[in-house]
Amino acid sequence: MIEQILTATGKYFILMRKVFSKPEKFPIYHTRIYAEIVSLGINSIPLTAIISIFIGAVITLQMSISLQNPFIPQYLIGYATRETMTLEFSSTVVALILAGKVGSNIASEIGTMRITEQIDALEVMGINSASYLILPKIVATVCSFPFLSMLSMIIGIVGGYIIAAFTGIMIPDDYLEGLKYCFVMWEITYSLIKMAVFAFIITSISAFCGYYAKGNSLEVGRSSTTAVVASSITIMIFNLILTQLMLT
Amino acid sequence: MISCKNLYKSFDGRTILHDISVEFKTGCTNLIIGRSGSGKTVLLKCLVGLHEPEKGEIFFDDLSFTNLSFSERKEIRKNIGMIFQGGALLDSSTVFENVKLPLDLFTNQSEKEKRERVEFCLERVKLSDAQKLYPSELSGGMIKRAAIARAIVLNPKYLFCDEPNSGLDPQTSIIIDELIHNITKEYNITTIINTHDMNSVMEIGEKIIFIHQGKKWWEGSNDIILNSDNKELNDFVFASAMAKRAKSMLK
Repeated sequence: MIEQILTATGKYFILMRKVFSKPEKFPIYHTRIYAEIVSLGINSIPLTAIISIFIGAVITLQMSISLQNPFIPQYLIGYATRETMTLEFSSTVVALILAGKVGSNIASEIGTMRITEQIDALEVMGINSASYLILPKIVATVCSFPFLSMLSMIIGIVGGYIIAAFTGIMIPDDYLEGLKYCFVMWEITYSLIKMAVFAFIITSISAFCGYYAKGNSLEVGRSSTTAVVASSITIMIFNLILTQLMLT
Repeated sequence: MISCKNLYKSFDGRTILHDISVEFKTGCTNLIIGRSGSGKTVLLKCLVGLHEPEKGEIFFDDLSFTNLSFSERKEIRKNIGMIFQGGALLDSSTVFENVKLPLDLFTNQSEKEKRERVEFCLERVKLSDAQKLYPSELSGGMIKRAAIARAIVLNPKYLFCDEPNSGLDPQTSIIIDELIHNITKEYNITTIINTHDMNSVMEIGEKIIFIHQGKKWWEGSNDIILNSDNKELNDFVFASAMAKRAKSMLK
């Protein structure tokens, strides 16, 4: 088991060296990066938005129930919603969701290319297949996922406001006051940095799993599952490390 | 000319290629034949560098391919065209984009020049009407023809074909064979075809290598293959009842 993990880690770093070697022609990569931003980033907006609005609303509801005490000011509900959304949900939880959506997509796409010899065809043509296929995806996700994170924060907080305004569980102005209470800009920066790191983890690990897929469609399915599991675990480990390094 | 000397390749301790030494001539269609699992594809993949042989040397003209660095190999690979068994066209690109890819990456031609070159190659394989189609919208024969167009777009000196007729009907197989043969003559390419299609052997097999149990068992041409007294080769060539009847009629 340990030997397998060490071998896979070694292969991962060798692949990353290939990925970050000098590209054949930059203009081709530009086109591919824009296409990947649309495919992996912009196409993930609906899922991120839907989940964020509901989670924002649910957090506000749960907080209002938990903090029903005349000694606790109501604005703390808005404050708690903001903190939950910015510190953890919009980066870590959204990253886990994207690991499922984008990670499995990348692993199955590259895995299928491997078993149908498309990667071999690129290699025979003299193209650095790892760089050509993986680098645009990494650049696209590292650039676009922090925007998804930002979007998730805004939509989640709006979801909380909507539930506060329409159910009458609290005064909306209190909610808005809570959003401004003890606001620290660094928390947003911390969240966006985390998301950029998670984007790299999701894309590189998923691409690695797909790139070394062997055999048939069954193996592509397995590599896709492995990609999601490995990315999720790595995200959790790095979440802990980055929080320790950046927030304490 | 492509040649290999004393080539060995094994996977997980199982020897697939055993001391293969062979020379493939320029300007003629060289065929590697043999039963499924005999090591034909492994030999082809060793020749193009997709598999590293354990022992032995591969030469492209006078250059020892096995001793070249990654970047030096890359230069040789720009002169290689390869047609894979399943075509291996990029699913996310149209036929036009697939054929244009090597030009985008390795030439400094203008968009107009690239378009003209791609259109010429697609015309050559009679696929001009399918430029905007994706691989999933093509038939088996069209995929092979698109793969041929991509393989020849950079005017390669060496062309490798891994079972170009697999999964095709006899008539389409003949068209593909003729196309590869004509391109080989027209551009004086060293073509190596991996096949077990007997029609290809008889029609375009100017030089034939028979691989059996990972070893070079027989070497010759389509003129002499029918009269060979090599038992394993005869078992392979005259495997079908029709071929056996034809042989007895010839006798």
